[in-house]
Amino acid sequence: MKPTDVVDQSSLRDDIPDFAPGDTLKVHVRVVEGTRERVQIFQGAVIRRQGGGLQETFTVRKLSFGVGVERTFPVHSPTISKIEVVTRGDVRRAKLYYLRDRVGKSAKIKEKR
Amino acid sequence: MATKTIVGEKVGMTQVWDDNNNVIPVTVVRVTPCRVVQVKTPETDGYSALQVTYGTKDARKLTKPVAGHYDNAGVEPGVRLVELRIDDVSGYSVGQEISVDLLEAGERVDVTAISKGKGFAGTMKRHNFGGIGASHGAHRAHRKPGSIGQCATPARVFKGMRMAGQMGNEKVTILNLKVVQADAEQNIVLVKGAVPGPNGGVVLIRDAVKGAKSSEKGGN
Repeated sequence: MKPTDVVDQSSLRDDIPDFAPGDTLKVHVRVVEGTRERVQIFQGAVIRRQGGGLQETFTVRKLSFGVGVERTFPVHSPTISKIEVVTRGDVRRAKLYYLRDRVGKSAKIKEKR
Repeated sequence: MATKTIVGEKVGMTQVWDDNNNVIPVTVVRVTPCRVVQVKTPETDGYSALQVTYGTKDARKLTKPVAGHYDNAGVEPGVRLVELRIDDVSGYSVGQEISVDLLEAGERVDVTAISKGKGFAGTMKRHNFGGIGASHGAHRAHRKPGSIGQCATPARVFKGMRMAGQMGNEKVTILNLKVVQADAEQNIVLVKGAVPGPNGGVVLIRDAVKGAKSSEKGGN
């Protein structure tokens, strides 16, 4: 229990599914263009979850036209409209930074069975 | 000087999201309603200020002089007495209650508190000096300040030369912080940015005396 919880309580989201490093996610992000708002999907593997409470963030890595792209989101960010868990990954560590040095088959994450 | 002022306790820092979904770093200050114990006026005291108290304290634990002070004012004893400097005290009377509704979101305030003490600190920590090389023959001089002046002329060290000494544990005022939220129900004020001192420390809030005073000026 942190002393600032009284303020944090109202910003915490309870519609975030359970996910862990190694999982593949579809993150539905709200994008505002001028006055219009649309939803963009960022799909990739979770390579880290860091921090706690309202400050917790996670990083999703994907390959876009052969270039690795990583995006970090606050777990409780209001810009995330939805998180879908596509697959559950079977990994042995909490931070999957080794994926950055790998391409192709060796960058594949085993699926949990 | 300020036209309105109040005292609170720093709770800690956290973050909130604004209407455009941007993260705002905020400091939470708990402002319990405070009671005026004494009104100081230029005629009687030479300056104008409000002496206030907040919270509650067991009356048995007061010293006799302090108990007498509260008795004279007819105010219930609080955790501590705090003096708040203010321009015009004519609107205030002894026993009056001041609460968070004094402040509103978007307003600019100045926040005063005692900073965290760092003890006797060297020039590198205290004044951001560069220190002396780690190698190239440097010997036991890695964190020293270097030269502090010339030779026979002027044959003294100039006043104000930055040297090692006490750092922190001093009164610090941060100007023009924006009030993000003032919640009268929870007795909480959210101020954008950092506030001096440890969590639990006493914090004085007054309306901004310099610069942008309203939310129209935008910026931070």
